[in-house]
Amino acid sequence: MPPVRANTLNPPAARSRPRSRSWWRKQVGLLFVLPSVAFTAVFFLAPLVMTAWMSLHDWPLLGARHFTGLQNYAALLSDGNFWSSLGFTAKYTLVVTPVLFVLAFGLALLVKRSVRWVGLFRTAYFLPVVIGLATSSLLWVWLLNDQVGVFNAGLAAIGVIREPFQWLATTGSALTAIVVMVTWKMVGLTMLLLLIGMQAIPEEFYEAARVDGASPWEQLRFITLPLMRRTFALALVLSVIGSFLAFDPMYIMAGGGPQNSTITTVYWIFKAAFVQFRLGYAASLSVVLLVILIAVSVVQLYLLRDDTRY
Amino acid sequence: MRAHPLPAHPLPRRRRAATVNTLYYALCVLLVAVFLFPILWSALTSLKPPSEAAATPPTLWPSHLVLDNYATLAGYGAGLVRYVGNSLLVAVITIVLTSILSLLGGYGFSRFQFVGRNVLFVVMLATLMIPFQSILTPLYLILRAIHLQDTLLGLALVYTTFQLPFAIFVMRNSFDSVPREIEEAALIDGCSSVTLLTRVMFPVVLPGVVTVALFAFFGSWNEFLAALIFLNDSDKYTLPVMLLNVQSGLYGSVDWGAVQAGMMLSMLPCIALFLFLQRYYLSGLTQGAVK
Repeated sequence: MPPVRANTLNPPAARSRPRSRSWWRKQVGLLFVLPSVAFTAVFFLAPLVMTAWMSLHDWPLLGARHFTGLQNYAALLSDGNFWSSLGFTAKYTLVVTPVLFVLAFGLALLVKRSVRWVGLFRTAYFLPVVIGLATSSLLWVWLLNDQVGVFNAGLAAIGVIREPFQWLATTGSALTAIVVMVTWKMVGLTMLLLLIGMQAIPEEFYEAARVDGASPWEQLRFITLPLMRRTFALALVLSVIGSFLAFDPMYIMAGGGPQNSTITTVYWIFKAAFVQFRLGYAASLSVVLLVILIAVSVVQLYLLRDDTRY
Repeated sequence: MRAHPLPAHPLPRRRRAATVNTLYYALCVLLVAVFLFPILWSALTSLKPPSEAAATPPTLWPSHLVLDNYATLAGYGAGLVRYVGNSLLVAVITIVLTSILSLLGGYGFSRFQFVGRNVLFVVMLATLMIPFQSILTPLYLILRAIHLQDTLLGLALVYTTFQLPFAIFVMRNSFDSVPREIEEAALIDGCSSVTLLTRVMFPVVLPGVVTVALFAFFGSWNEFLAALIFLNDSDKYTLPVMLLNVQSGLYGSVDWGAVQAGMMLSMLPCIALFLFLQRYYLSGLTQGAVK
């Protein structure tokens, strides 16, 4: 709309005039956005470019750095820690995403009805979302503790276990514990997303289906599920990206152990950079993580933009 | 969807509906207990006498309510007041900077045509897609180069930067929904553009500012990884980093009562703010999700 009007108001002859005061006046907006652009340039764009540059160097925290080309990337390919961290990240993502998703869908169906108290239920299920991930991780370390933890006491009371179980001491149970904690903390968020998607479906669709004699199951199968495709895609991608960036629970709950088996990719970047001080190598890991996440984002855009079905 | 005969119900319709209703509420209440139980148990434990808080097996109700655990926690390291102060300072700087920068930025992107406007806006939004976890290493070097590494200000500047894309997006939408007639009327009345923004527009876009400020609070109060990396001096720790040290017993053996007292200090401001400002928080979430 603005370009069309600009062309009719400014014929070529007028446009070739030297930049007038009104041109400068138009640039005032730049002054308003400049502070935030400066912040983004210094603390976001510059480090982004530096990540790529550093990944081509042997870059210790202190001392001389050397340009090494693609050596970091070559080292990364034969680095068992990298592959196992990527493997654990993928495994964690594959476990936590469906668990979150299915439970959140169930919760959303439960609180979709507009009945008495439902607002209270929604708020209660959502409440853990606002607690920090680090704080929830610490909270669950206590709940799962073998001495003072309520989890073991409860299991012992109903006779499932005889001895207190060290939940964070074996790889499988540590993963389970982390998934349980993250589900408790995050499922309310996915529930809310799905609920908003569900409520966007016009009620007339269900009325028409009921007139045709569709069972609740058929209404779910033929109306709710297909019409929520975009919401599902959004919830899935958010969950996958969130899982791929996981750090707090692994660091706080399991400390990466046992035997480095719960180290995620971000955790490995953290270790390479701030424990081993191999900044260049950490940067090459970051680049690989970024490429993976950009691929996920592209899939997200594709899934969200494909509107052909309805 | 094909028509099919109504299934035969074992119970008369009304009694069946009542049963379903009871089951529905029973399930909902059970789930409320599951979600709130860890928080409530932690709150109760924080009020137990220290020996009860460390008892095996754990007890639910305190024999009597005391604030001993909070008193113990107050004496940890540089003192609890210091750590809560650190967290608050970082949060306040982040909130103030994010609100001001996004107010200006949102106004600029919404109301002005200038060279590079679209490119800059797309760049700002694109940063939403790139997580800060992937640029931690150079961020550390940049903070060190400008002598802000291991400072609360440096941490707040980083938090602000990562709140900005979402904040500017929210503020631009807020300004977009304000009718232009309001500005035109003010300009005719002889308002300067600064007065226009602070006196006329600010009250109208206040809901957007509250949303932005709220997210800035949650983002900085709860953040752990960057705080862990950028802060070396233990006197400068924010609450999450300090709590990890209490929990891992760096200052002696683990004092579970004190840990729960710390949990409460970390959780309660978030829960209270969410309950009071739910409307703004949820509108921010939906805007963020749709992008």
